Amino acid sequence: MKIGVLGDNENVMGYKTLGFEVACCDTKEAAVCGLRKLARECAVIFVIEDTAKDIQEEIYEYQEEKTPAIILIPGSGGSLGIGMNALNLQVEKAVGSNILEGKDNG
Amino acid sequence: MARLNVNPTRMELTKLKKRLATARRGHKLLKDKRDELMKRFIELIKQNQELRLGMEQKAAECSRAFVMAGAVTSPEELSQALAYPSCNVEVQVSDKNIMGVTVPEFTYSVKEGSNDPYCYGFVNTCADLDSAVVKMNELLPVLLKLAGTEKAAQLLACEIEHTRRRVNALEYIMIPQLEETIKYITMKMEENERGNITRLMKVKDMVLEKK
Repeated sequence: MKIGVLGDNENVMGYKTLGFEVACCDTKEAAVCGLRKLARECAVIFVIEDTAKDIQEEIYEYQEEKTPAIILIPGSGGSLGIGMNALNLQVEKAVGSNILEGKDNG
Repeated sequence: MARLNVNPTRMELTKLKKRLATARRGHKLLKDKRDELMKRFIELIKQNQELRLGMEQKAAECSRAFVMAGAVTSPEELSQALAYPSCNVEVQVSDKNIMGVTVPEFTYSVKEGSNDPYCYGFVNTCADLDSAVVKMNELLPVLLKLAGTEKAAQLLACEIEHTRRRVNALEYIMIPQLEETIKYITMKMEENERGNITRLMKVKDMVLEKK
């Protein structure tokens, strides 16, 4: 199966060199549309954080399904912390409290 | 705790006792499952956190390198250079079983037309683009490893949540309810038995008095 990448034109350019299936989007509607299209044919979808922050609900829909795996990656502006935040939410959901943050502070 | 709405008969009692035994066994098994899932999850999430930290740094570097390359080359030339990638990455999905949760495992294969990662001529492009492409190729294995662990962590988190809900439902609702109902039926039957004995004694007295 293919690997997809979703984001604005500037950020996804680099991933094109790896032969990923690319969906460029500038608006929220285009992003949702792109995500749905990629989800049909890709096993892994990388979403640039700047785009992902607008379509979090749609991304959440795929969370309990085996494929596609949707992974947030930082754009050229650096990490926005959304991906890490999602990770912390997972821990909170499973364990009940955030054990990862406690480790950082200690 | 509200007891179940059943008739206080011997048959119901046997049925309920059987249900209680099953519920206790299920509770114990689910509790063990939850603990083991939690252990695996914590291992996985720690690995995931490390991978993500590494990946975020590298990916940001890559993106920045591409922005730099874009600053030197004109956007048209850049998109022309990258229009046809020389390699094509395909990913195979196989299933892995972690404590009854099927998680996908991603293995990738690179289908390359040539061994050269550069998919463009060197005339119109700059050296920055070359280094950006090399960095991107280094990023690929990290990205896919992260994809596998992150998805596994997501699925495990869901399963842990479900299992915990079941354990709690059994522990705090189902088992107390059954225990209460069994107690109610036993009491009711004992009461009946006592009533019966008193009646017999009374009848016996009446019979003796008549004689």
